[in-house]
Amino acid sequence: MSGIRLLQREGLRVVFPRGQTCCAQPAYNCGYHDEARAVARAQIALFRKPHPIVVPSGSCAGMMKRHYPALFEGDPFREEAEAFAARVFELTQFLSDVLEVKWTDRGEKVRVTWHPSCHSLREMGIDEEPKKLLAQLANVEVAPLARERECCGFGGTFAVREPEISAAMVEDKASDVVSTGAPLLLSGDGGCLLNIGGRLAARGERVRAQHIAQFLWERTNGR
Amino acid sequence: MGAEKRAPAFRPAAAGALKDPELRANFRRAMDGLMARRAALFADPAEWRDLRALGASIRQRTLARLPALLERLESKCAGNGIRVRWAETTEEANALVLEILRARGATRVVKGKSMVSEEMHLNDFLEKHGIESLESDLGEYIIQLDGETPSHIIMPAIHKNRRQIASLFGRKIREAKYTEDVDELTGIARRVLRRKFFEAEAGISGVNFAVAETGTLCLVENEGNGRMSTHVPPVHIALMGIEKVVERLEDVPPLYSLLTRSATGQAITTYFNMITGPRGAGEKDGPAEVHLIILDNGRSRISSDAELSATLRCIRCGACMNHCPVYTRVGGHAYQSTYPGPIGKILTPQTEGVGRRHDLVHASSLCGACAEACPVGIPIAELLVRLRREAAHKSQGSSVLGAGEGRSRWESLAWALWKAAHRSPALYRLVGFAATRFSRILPSGLPILSAWTGESGQAQGLPPELLKTTRRLREAPRPARRTLHELVEEIGVDDA
Repeated sequence: MSGIRLLQREGLRVVFPRGQTCCAQPAYNCGYHDEARAVARAQIALFRKPHPIVVPSGSCAGMMKRHYPALFEGDPFREEAEAFAARVFELTQFLSDVLEVKWTDRGEKVRVTWHPSCHSLREMGIDEEPKKLLAQLANVEVAPLARERECCGFGGTFAVREPEISAAMVEDKASDVVSTGAPLLLSGDGGCLLNIGGRLAARGERVRAQHIAQFLWERTNGR
Repeated sequence: MGAEKRAPAFRPAAAGALKDPELRANFRRAMDGLMARRAALFADPAEWRDLRALGASIRQRTLARLPALLERLESKCAGNGIRVRWAETTEEANALVLEILRARGATRVVKGKSMVSEEMHLNDFLEKHGIESLESDLGEYIIQLDGETPSHIIMPAIHKNRRQIASLFGRKIREAKYTEDVDELTGIARRVLRRKFFEAEAGISGVNFAVAETGTLCLVENEGNGRMSTHVPPVHIALMGIEKVVERLEDVPPLYSLLTRSATGQAITTYFNMITGPRGAGEKDGPAEVHLIILDNGRSRISSDAELSATLRCIRCGACMNHCPVYTRVGGHAYQSTYPGPIGKILTPQTEGVGRRHDLVHASSLCGACAEACPVGIPIAELLVRLRREAAHKSQGSSVLGAGEGRSRWESLAWALWKAAHRSPALYRLVGFAATRFSRILPSGLPILSAWTGESGQAQGLPPELLKTTRRLREAPRPARRTLHELVEEIGVDDA
């Protein structure tokens, strides 16, 4: 919702095709590609108009941009999948690079820390974009994680198939977050937030996990 | 081959490793050091990008012409006086080594480091046939003393710290006095090995690059044991996988640079050996005979698949393990595979069967840190996804060993249901509605939920310290009160 509001405030008309469901990454990553293709095809069919497609989650964006064309390799649908992929942007990338937003911070002084999602970083190549947006906020201090680029251990079904290793990874990430002293962890990916936030809550930490879009909206809109 | 042995399982082994704080600390410390050293040597992103693209293209060009280059290598080696033999399986390779040793009456062998020999379980094989085979690489020497296998392809004893090695030497080496000083420990091993180099009747080594153009075997090392093993004994047997060939001599410098910088963060190693035949007439050193055994062991099957053949680009630097968040936490032994870590997760299932080792292809969060560090651009995460598909489906024309043998009926059913729910907008909305309204009354014993929260049986393998202070591993996700679809409807966002 905050993502939609941020775009609307820049004067954009936002369209949300109601038939959309899932980018199909879970089935794709598990090797169930027929199932993934069926779901991906249904999504692509909903976004036929030539508008940019803005996705508020790095790994979903990575799935659509990087893997949709491969998924339809040798299929007559490939061309359409490629055209779709070319229009995909991750939200912070779109705000920073395409809209080149200029914002004023309306919030109190706060310290936050930032966790980039692996797929945002390595599939979408997004590293500086969210940091540039946060840097526009005068009262926000970003305290970097010691191991910023290390995976939080979510990995979709990985967290369920390998709960022990996933647990060890999220524990380390949670400790890293806590040691920054920031009361707020920001990320651009729902999976990471669910994972790290879930562990922070179970530990009873005072740190909250929040999507960067919601934070940006609240800071720049004065709530 | 006898009856199929029960497939190894990564998860219980990994869970065991996670409970060993000393092991975890050893790996974390070592991997942090290696990552920092590598990063310092690839400080210029443009240079890294270009060199890596060159490395990838050299390896890919080689693999595209593998049979022709191997034939060329064989004839060039033969011209240099190197006797070349071919082995399709590890059993054949072992038999060839034994045949050469027996013909010379050799009973004492020193070995330089070779992962192919680990693939062959050569030491065990030779011991069974009454031949002493001593590892001369310090790390390999340490684990051989302790009856272990390598936990890392470059630093085989990296799972041990200084104190553990001190205690091992104290127990196993009679003439050694107990010390925790690294230089003294190295000195002890050095004194033992010096004697062995001169007693050995044959030396065995691996090969880093075999140059088809010149028939040259290149060996990269830091300790000088590789040079001693290959030059002092009268017979040298080199072992290589078929993918180790490169086309031209000029292909070597970029690959060598990528290898040493990625592996140990060194601009160059202490020793770089180029072996081009046995001792010539009038030469003062070198072995009288040089043999080269070229092993396939499933590699040509891998090279026949356009996508999976990228697996064979690997130059065995180990950077993928150094950067892997899973490997860093569980170490190499949990994989129960000659090659651990990310490269092992794609290589071993292809050589041992993707159904038999589907545990490995799923032992990844697909974070992509491995592919990011790979000096020859192997898309490891993408190949893992491909192998997950192969494990669950027997597709037409697939050349992957054991394709379809990792299929689970329950999982297939789950994905069929998932597809139905996500292909139909109406059904998806119904599920979303139900999730937002009724998920709070879900029983916490549901397998997926309990794996997430660490409650019930799923928690047993968790490191104990994680659940000591907190009741749950993670709080269960709490869906919003209303679905996103309902919310956008409310604020009047356009549908199309």
